[in-house]
Amino acid sequence: MLGEAEPQWLSEEVKTGTTIIAIEFNGGVVLGSDSRVSAGESVVNRVMNKLSPLHDKIYCALSGSAADAQTIAEMVNYQLDVHSMEIGEDPLVRSAATLVKNISYKYKEELSAHLIVAGWDRRGGGQVFATLKGLLTRQPFAVGGSGSSYVYGFVDAEYRKGMNKKECQQFVVNTLSLAMNRDGSSGGVAYLVTIDEHGTEEKVILGNDLPTFFDQ
Amino acid sequence: MALSTVLETPGAGFNFENATRNAALEGLFGGGQTPKPLKTGTTIAGVVFKDGVVLGADTRATSSEVVADKMCAKIHYISPNIYCCGAGTAADTEKTTDLLSSNLSIFSLNSGRNPRVVMAVNILQDMLYRYHGQIGANLILGGVDCTGNHLYTVGPYGDINKVPYLAMGSGDLAALGILEDGFKHNLELEEAKELVRASIHAGIMSDLGSGNNTDICVITKQGVDYIRPYQESEYKDKRNIKYRYRPGTTPVLTEKVVTLKLEVVQEAVQKMDTA
Repeated sequence: MLGEAEPQWLSEEVKTGTTIIAIEFNGGVVLGSDSRVSAGESVVNRVMNKLSPLHDKIYCALSGSAADAQTIAEMVNYQLDVHSMEIGEDPLVRSAATLVKNISYKYKEELSAHLIVAGWDRRGGGQVFATLKGLLTRQPFAVGGSGSSYVYGFVDAEYRKGMNKKECQQFVVNTLSLAMNRDGSSGGVAYLVTIDEHGTEEKVILGNDLPTFFDQ
Repeated sequence: MALSTVLETPGAGFNFENATRNAALEGLFGGGQTPKPLKTGTTIAGVVFKDGVVLGADTRATSSEVVADKMCAKIHYISPNIYCCGAGTAADTEKTTDLLSSNLSIFSLNSGRNPRVVMAVNILQDMLYRYHGQIGANLILGGVDCTGNHLYTVGPYGDINKVPYLAMGSGDLAALGILEDGFKHNLELEEAKELVRASIHAGIMSDLGSGNNTDICVITKQGVDYIRPYQESEYKDKRNIKYRYRPGTTPVLTEKVVTLKLEVVQEAVQKMDTA
């Protein structure tokens, strides 16, 4: 009897219903994510950092099944380490994205995770790649996760070419804030990672410091 | 090639063999219900404090609506500096933690160092991910190593969460309420023990699957204090009569003796060398 009374989310797969976004600017990229991990109706972790490093200057944003996404990120982290040792220099963002894409495509039936790969390298500067379902495409910005549906209109309308670093960071924070307000599976705090030629900067923006819009 | 652990990682890629096997097994039951494994409704919790980690658990093991074990031990030993609380399918948590413990012992003996908590977590995650959720183990790992005090949780699908305070099991929402309210960074030992005790108590009171006593395990750089039980249930029952019966209580009515016919088939004599 107690077997059935046990809440369903205990045995359900843990998903990161999520909002993730990455945008490139001249000289680098900005990645952003929310921090909510849900299993059914229960929030399993309210402060999870979904921006996972693949290499010093390449990060990926996780969405979908938490276990699948974390494992893909770890595997690619390892593969990139080996690769960068073999070539003797920092890997290209395209290489990292290709490694993620290879796993996503080969196991597309079994896995349900979508990673956005973004970073900076010497040859191409800041780059953002989407790897949904095993495709590989370079985009000026990419949004993903369950919360992204609510902000497609906002990002399409507000994006302008040639934004500088500060404007990109503000753009990311605004997008995350709007999505977290409308999507039940996104929430918590906002994590921001800015990567450029000089280094990688990680920042956390707590709930009450997020920008508010008309109805708040 | 000598491995630092015995756990064999199979060849590259994901292994979904067991998922197809389980699907085939379910077909055998012809649409009926596959037998459900024993789940211990549970409340387990952990808190990182100034000098280490405190883990807590209730002690009830249920088999459907009957309490199978009133003093079940849910805090498992992994290594001298790492302990693990397990929720979910009882057999899975026992076996997984045993396996992890053996592998870490071998690693310790091979390398001469105490294992790190993050190593235990990685091994667990590797194994649980490979079985794609078929192993129903929700584990809270806590320990102290040379890099500091750590508390992790690993889910049955292989996802990791690293946070300063945690609760798992069917009573975890009740426990988490207490933890969210009372947690602060750098708690003192007594405060941390009281916080964990209160959170397990909330789980015991508000969840049918959790109950009886509370176990606490304190891990610090100096050593481990496994207090079992830390708090006894206030609803303890006393046995009114003895349940042992004298020989002769049940009268013997008839007796029948049947001799077994045994034949000697082979005789071998081995002389012992007593020189």
